[in-house]
Amino acid sequence: MKLHEYQSKRIFAEHGVPIPRGDVAATPETARQIAARLGSRVVVKSQVLVGGRGKAGGIRLADHPDEAESVADQILGMNIKGLTVKKVLVDEAADIDTEIYLGIVIDRAKRRPVIMASAEGGVEIEEVARSTPERIVTIAIDPFLGLQPYQGRELAFGIGLPKEMVRDFVKIAQGLYNAFMACDASLAEINPLVITGGGKLLAVDGKMLLDDNALFRHFELAEMRDADEETPEEQEARRHGLSYVKLDGEIGCMVNGAGLAMATMDITKLHGGAPANFLDIGGGAQAEKVAAALRIILSDPNVKAVLFNIFGGITRCDEVAKGILEALREVPTDVPMVARLVGTNEEEGRQILASADMITATTLSQAAEKAVAASRGEL
Amino acid sequence: MSILVNKDTRLVVQGITGREGEFHTRQMLDYGTKVVAGVTPGKGGGWIAGVPVFDTVHEAVHATGANASIIYVPARFAADAILEAADAGVALVVCITEGIPVLDMIRVRAYLDCRETRLLGPNCPGIITPEEAKVGIMPGHIHSPGTVGVVSRSGTLTYEVVYALTERGLGQSTAVGIGGDPVNGTSFIDVLQRFEEDPGTAQVVLIGEIGGTDEQRAAEFVAHHMSKPVTAFIAGQTAPPGKRMGHAGAIIEGGEGTAAEKIAAFEAVGVRVASHPGEIAELVAELA
Repeated sequence: MKLHEYQSKRIFAEHGVPIPRGDVAATPETARQIAARLGSRVVVKSQVLVGGRGKAGGIRLADHPDEAESVADQILGMNIKGLTVKKVLVDEAADIDTEIYLGIVIDRAKRRPVIMASAEGGVEIEEVARSTPERIVTIAIDPFLGLQPYQGRELAFGIGLPKEMVRDFVKIAQGLYNAFMACDASLAEINPLVITGGGKLLAVDGKMLLDDNALFRHFELAEMRDADEETPEEQEARRHGLSYVKLDGEIGCMVNGAGLAMATMDITKLHGGAPANFLDIGGGAQAEKVAAALRIILSDPNVKAVLFNIFGGITRCDEVAKGILEALREVPTDVPMVARLVGTNEEEGRQILASADMITATTLSQAAEKAVAASRGEL
Repeated sequence: MSILVNKDTRLVVQGITGREGEFHTRQMLDYGTKVVAGVTPGKGGGWIAGVPVFDTVHEAVHATGANASIIYVPARFAADAILEAADAGVALVVCITEGIPVLDMIRVRAYLDCRETRLLGPNCPGIITPEEAKVGIMPGHIHSPGTVGVVSRSGTLTYEVVYALTERGLGQSTAVGIGGDPVNGTSFIDVLQRFEEDPGTAQVVLIGEIGGTDEQRAAEFVAHHMSKPVTAFIAGQTAPPGKRMGHAGAIIEGGEGTAAEKIAAFEAVGVRVASHPGEIAELVAELA
């Protein structure tokens, strides 16, 4: 789950990280009031869950409250990479001297959180990693000890921070780490962390990604979820306990198991087609769940054929077959369907599907070939 | 021969009174696995499918000599269950549970690194040595005994491959699921090393997927430390970056963990990579 900038920065602030004064507004009028209250030059920042807001014109300076209102009016409702801006953050504009980077992610190979700092702030860390990897200082953190002060100092000296700022920097690094752990984050990033003209450190931008699997113990964070993070189809899938990702091909795929679902997507491409989606119905899927999955697949107008690939283990082929029929009764369609059911109760499953107008296959390769042909009206 | 589990495996089921736990306990008993104990806190003294239930893993191990455990408890309690098994001295812990928070697994793994206990999973189908012991949720009947070692991050994709192997008369020494989570207990390398040392394994099938760099390190290991042939398959060639493909660990992040780079890593060290699951059995048959 992604958090907005204003949400992330508030969490950082709770852990002692200095952030600019500011507040969030959903209307131009509120933006004006916030700017008036701050009594200084402000920056009006669109709050959408995508990168590249600045380039898209979604971050603008305003010298006085009236300008803040008009700028907010322009930004609110703006479309940035397909997302509509519903809120802006109005922050006191910082007097920026230098921009640095500070972030924490989970390093899968090291099986530790790692904290990274770079003197190259304000640009994407992946970009720095590609062009000048030697400019990133990375330190792995022991999960039982947490971020130690000496590690914070290694980061600070490693990026050439002036020594009078090291103590403050270490506090910020530890605050960021505490925020990361307290929220079960998978990423916590301050980019940029600026050195102001007055020689102070200030987190002017913030980003957090949270571990969805840990939200059960963070009700207050779970409530912050912005529905725009997922497409309506992805939300619908999640409600039914399905794992769905929309892609841009024409072969709808319904599979049990994530690995097999990926392999099924891949094989459609091997046969000259392209997958319309990733969809895992999970283990032991019941008819109702299968019906929901089929509705979601068919709601995509690009879908020209549907490929069912079910390897029955805990999942029973007859249950899946019933679900397919149930869905077809609810959502009549002309889209051709190819079914390949193998494993537990496969015979019963095939018999149930015999009553439907369905193309059948025995191997995955054959099924993919038929689905691609069917999508082109060749079957 | 086999790795990690065999007919001497004495299994304790953690979460035995749950729906899944009870169902799979019966399935494992039917397969011939020696399920000697179950654990559910507060249900000690009861029986499930002829298996005695205990309140703690310590008690179960003490009373029955269990040397392996399988975990079916819900995600929010699973890290605790793994630690309990490790602390009771269980040598092999298989965690089926999906959805354990990553930071929980980081702590668990850091703890296990200082212990003798080996963890398989989480978010895995388990492990099976055909006709000896099934410690997992896989359909037992699709497996047959033989000399092909199988190791995989996936569940049903592995069944698909094993089924094809069995159909062709290519039995398996042991089939191991290491799970689809970003932080797990056992890596490809750990399993490859055991297959290399196992006289009952003649060749290995490795099934990977997008996300992380475990496959790349496995390729490196194969190049320097394996004499037995390895055939690989990588799922997720059509997966877009930044999107999680079902498994928590199946995600291309920052341009890293693509199928293309994993396939290239294997091919660079002479490991044959199947272009689709059906081809795996064909490649294995050529070497059998």
